[in-house]
Amino acid sequence: MPFITQLKRLRLPTALRHGKEGVSRGDGPYTVHFITPEGEKIDVKATEGDTMLDLAQRYDIELECACEGSLACSTCHVICEQEYYDKMEEPTDEENDMLDLAFGLTDTSRLGCQITMNKDLDGLTVKMPSATRNMRVDGSKPTHH
Amino acid sequence: MLSSNAMRAFSTAIRGRPLHVAVIGSGPAGFYTAHRVLKDIPDVKIDMFESLPVPHGLVRFGVAPDHPEVKNVMNKFDEVATDDRFTFLGNVHVGGKDLPLSALKSNYDAIVFSYGASEDRRLIVPGEDLQNVYSARSFVGWYNGLPNHRELMPDLDSTDTAVIIGQGNVALDIARMLLSPIDVLRKTDVTDYALEALSKSRIKHVHVVGRRGPLQAAFTAKELREQMKLPGVRFSTDVQLLQSEIANGAEYLNKSRPLKRLMSILEKEIGSPNMLSGDKSWTLDFLRSPSRIIPDSTNNNVAAIEYELNRLDGPAESRRAIGTGQFVTQDCGLILRSIGYKSIAMEGIPFDESSGRVPNKYGKVLDGENEVPGLYTAGWLKRGPTGVIATTMNDAYETADTLAADFVAGKPFLNEVDGVGQKTGSQGLLQLFKDNKIRPISYVDWKLIEKMEFEAGQKIGKPREKFGRVEDMLAVLSTEDLKTSM
Repeated sequence: MPFITQLKRLRLPTALRHGKEGVSRGDGPYTVHFITPEGEKIDVKATEGDTMLDLAQRYDIELECACEGSLACSTCHVICEQEYYDKMEEPTDEENDMLDLAFGLTDTSRLGCQITMNKDLDGLTVKMPSATRNMRVDGSKPTHH
Repeated sequence: MLSSNAMRAFSTAIRGRPLHVAVIGSGPAGFYTAHRVLKDIPDVKIDMFESLPVPHGLVRFGVAPDHPEVKNVMNKFDEVATDDRFTFLGNVHVGGKDLPLSALKSNYDAIVFSYGASEDRRLIVPGEDLQNVYSARSFVGWYNGLPNHRELMPDLDSTDTAVIIGQGNVALDIARMLLSPIDVLRKTDVTDYALEALSKSRIKHVHVVGRRGPLQAAFTAKELREQMKLPGVRFSTDVQLLQSEIANGAEYLNKSRPLKRLMSILEKEIGSPNMLSGDKSWTLDFLRSPSRIIPDSTNNNVAAIEYELNRLDGPAESRRAIGTGQFVTQDCGLILRSIGYKSIAMEGIPFDESSGRVPNKYGKVLDGENEVPGLYTAGWLKRGPTGVIATTMNDAYETADTLAADFVAGKPFLNEVDGVGQKTGSQGLLQLFKDNKIRPISYVDWKLIEKMEFEAGQKIGKPREKFGRVEDMLAVLSTEDLKTSM
């Protein structure tokens, strides 16, 4: 069927493939702990300068990135621990503008595409907020609508 | 997403064949729902129906031309389309006599309605149908290449003043389009005919009008900042009202970070050079409800708009506008109403006219209190026409998870409603397509159309030059392409 074969040849943007060029899974001196919306903990290695988006792409973690890290959406929203949040550079106005639109914003929220790894952030935990409100999946009772 | 444990338990109702899901509408709600359903349910076939030959809904036809980074999400949609369980059927209108919804019901197990909000709310004042009074939706559609509004041809060179009713991001998008330097717009994917009209535009003053006060403005920080940065454009507003509302609402603002930050952007402008000089201007007008649109001497064109002045009543978080009985008029030659979009009903599904939504619980369509087997909704049709792409993404994922949970729980789908056990999806529609001369456009066809758009854009330094007419989109595809597209 021509449909599939032709589609497979569609060009995907480089940014979407594996995150940063030339870095493989397991590379790097640092550790980052991701907590998925379902509560699963995923520990990954990170190199200097990796963003959370780079890591998510390298390790197939389902952190969304609708605008591909161009500060035009809030889909890569993550929640950090206070201790680590304080070690990061202040978010820019542009990042805050997008965070304002994030679902479940907290005082230690950041955009994953704007957190850049360095020595100080080694051991960082980032929690991906549970964005969907469908409580039926985990068995609790619906409370709205 | 569902846990892998949950996925091991399969629906008892549908076994040994894929679950056939139809998605109606190819905007962000449709694509994000499809993406999540593909992840949640391994043995699924999704057919996405779109009445235009081209996909992506408001990402293509709504997002402002000078916001290309927002459109990066189309790469995500392309990725969804590469899944071999997914089929795009563009140029296929569902709900008409050629392809009634009933035809879909008998060929699919589940249908997701994500066709958005195609109408706009009207002011309902005298003079609304005069020339050069448009809905924001049609104006945005015009500059973004929506075929329906290709021929709008607004007159931008007979007046220097435009009025936009409404204070959301669509209103600011339009204000920005009207006041941006034309050379900035030339580098965007704004359509050539709109660029031509905008390059001849004499509009220098744009009023963005709301019936309540600053705290009720619906636009967001990014768009407001962009508006403040337009070169040579003076900002003006009722500074006294702004200051008193911010002071009175201090407690409320402390509870709402986004609103507090938004107000601080406005506050920072007070007394700044931005409010003192500039040949062009944009004005945030508050406390005004349009009461009448006044024609010029020919009785055809708009000459002015009359407002009733309001005062504010009630606490900061729920201010109401109360008419004062005083009226003012504003001369203008172009009026755009931007007070919200509205979904329209499709025959065969429940619809709540007053809220303009399909009644639902977590995306499952409701008929009164009862869930309707196999029917789901996502996006603006589900929750009303508000929010950014991230909002629609979350909302679409909720719908997809509901569908998947129903599947795992063995809840009835359409197959159990009509007793047609063997569903085949679009395979079962081929004869109907043939009989009614429906020519579906595949995603590969779309990529061919898009390739031509890229190439046409490249020649003139634009990211793409959109085809503004359906026939031009279809003309890209040879008869041969169309034959193999299914």
